Amino acid sequence: MTVAEKIWQQHSVAELGDATTLLHIDRLMLHERSGGRMLKGVLDAGRTVYDPSMVVGTLDHIIDTTPGRGDRTLFAGGAEFIKTFRDSAALAEVQVFDIGDARQGIVHVMAPELGIVSPGMTLVCGDSHTPTVGGVGALAWGIGVTQGEHVLSTQCLAVRRPGQMRVCFEGRLAPFVTAKDMVLWLIGRYGANGGKGRVVEMVGPVIRSLSVEGRMTLCNMMVEFGAWTAIVPPDDVTIEYMAGRPYRPTGTCWDSAEIYWRNLASDDDAKFESEIVVDCEDIEPQVSWGTSTEHVMGITGQVPDPAQAGSDIARASMEKALKYADLRPGDPLLGLGIEAAFIGSCTNSRIEDLRLAAGILTGRKVAPGLKAICVPGSTQVKHQAESEGLDDVFKAAGFEWREAGCSLCFFAGGDSFGAAKRVITTTNRNFENRQGPNVRSHLASPVTVAASAVRGAIADPRALGFNL
Amino acid sequence: MKSFVSLRGIAAPLPIDNIDTDAIIPSRETQSVARFGYGEKLFANWRYRPGTREVNPNFILNQAPYDRAEILVAGQNFGCGSSREAAVWSLVQFGIRCVISESYGAIFRNNAIRNGLLPITLAENEIKTILEEISQLNSANATLTADLKSCSVITSTGLVFDFQIAERDREMLLSGADEIELTLLRQAEIEAFREQDRRARPWVYDALWLSGKFE
Repeated sequence: MTVAEKIWQQHSVAELGDATTLLHIDRLMLHERSGGRMLKGVLDAGRTVYDPSMVVGTLDHIIDTTPGRGDRTLFAGGAEFIKTFRDSAALAEVQVFDIGDARQGIVHVMAPELGIVSPGMTLVCGDSHTPTVGGVGALAWGIGVTQGEHVLSTQCLAVRRPGQMRVCFEGRLAPFVTAKDMVLWLIGRYGANGGKGRVVEMVGPVIRSLSVEGRMTLCNMMVEFGAWTAIVPPDDVTIEYMAGRPYRPTGTCWDSAEIYWRNLASDDDAKFESEIVVDCEDIEPQVSWGTSTEHVMGITGQVPDPAQAGSDIARASMEKALKYADLRPGDPLLGLGIEAAFIGSCTNSRIEDLRLAAGILTGRKVAPGLKAICVPGSTQVKHQAESEGLDDVFKAAGFEWREAGCSLCFFAGGDSFGAAKRVITTTNRNFENRQGPNVRSHLASPVTVAASAVRGAIADPRALGFNL
Repeated sequence: MKSFVSLRGIAAPLPIDNIDTDAIIPSRETQSVARFGYGEKLFANWRYRPGTREVNPNFILNQAPYDRAEILVAGQNFGCGSSREAAVWSLVQFGIRCVISESYGAIFRNNAIRNGLLPITLAENEIKTILEEISQLNSANATLTADLKSCSVITSTGLVFDFQIAERDREMLLSGADEIELTLLRQAEIEAFREQDRRARPWVYDALWLSGKFE
């Protein structure tokens, strides 16, 4: 059996036929964007929340990230979301880490950081980047509002058994190449549906050498690979990470949990429908050019030609993307002028990401006229960064230093990049209008974003180097 | 939920890969906690001129007969991206009850099944044939039948394409059943599971954040 199949079996409440299992859900995470709708839906239907102790809420999606923020938000209608969420959570006796709480943060950043989720758990959330916490060895996936109401009402979900896929990362990463580049490379090579709705187990020497933070960056973007979810089986790195979490199991519970975690590995004869081996030596810093996460290339490369596409639809899709991006086949991205830079989101807002970006920014300034924003992923990350003096580095370089939240990962109608239309960003989606009307988003790692911010144009971090 | 049995209606061609849920309904269009009022917001960035509600005549759903479409035929990986269920609500509230694509975003597909929207999966060459037929600008050719009883798509010229769908999903769509009600019938099983699981994995049932303590 694979590690995902073992977790599946452990959580099987009933077999429903047609390869569908009623699974116990150990953790439901809520946020103010869809959490209020779910809670209100349950209460309005006259149902009760099955086990409020397994449900945790936070505010991240539409709250402001400007210092001194309160309930007022730039997002029109935002106050209604916040109020509905807060009121219905109170009625349902669900714990919420609100604005001003040191535990608040982007849901996929704060849940593992606090130890709310641990290896082998099932976790769902009304957000597509929920696979992030596969980085701690949990089986986690995104759901809609109706399925959220199902979990709230029953603490279970009926799920069809997914296929199993394994990606093995061999070799080693070159300097200035990060987990973000690994996952962008994978999507660029195998497509936005390369994961085909499967559980992607990630293994290999490069995975073992990554921190849990790096593993979470990889798992985060597996939804952009079309995977149902992704998981890194727990190892010593995971257990050491768990040991530092405030809500880790304690006493004898820790002892039995650790034994359980150490047994969570795929069997040697586990079956995978497909397997990909990646030689990480081949990966250079990556940057996206178009409007799908599969529109990605090495930073020294050239924009591809739609004429080379495999089908008429693929060609038309590439042509549409090039038009939106205002690029032509054969264009280099290196040196392409940008007007804004963003470091943050559930992909790249953890302490390690901020340290890497600060390594580039130390003693440097962002290009004149460039709007640069850094938004830590959680209040804890923000405090940690401030205790290390990273905020001073960002601010001295000319970055805005914000409060924790999702911020400009997506444009919700309020906060914006101003007049900037071409943006380099550590976020996960370069979709049309994702970061603002007509904004062209180029996805990259924190070091590439920092280097580009300094140059005012898409830049190779290897050319700048760390300035420590 | 409204059941889906069989539908004969106008099918609109939208031959683009990776149509994400941000395209189906932009984030800024979801500024209400309600489940209704999303029909006019469908594909807002493509359907209207930038920043307005002025109709963009170049977009397929603004052109007759496709402005009355009940079926969409799209490129692969339809509904990838965000988990927002409003993407499905906006399609259904516009009048789309069926999408035909090679593949779907997993969350979108789950949301579709639970809102009476049939996601049909066909092969690339079958979709190509259908697109050619429905793209001819006369309303007779733009009509398709999507039949969930026989699991087939029938074009106006009589071509038939069978599709497969998980039996549970099919039953849910055909009956319009409330999945939550069905699971609540299993309360005893859920309780029994939790009782034995609590012994096996006690830490899972220990919600330390409720103690109020935080270092």
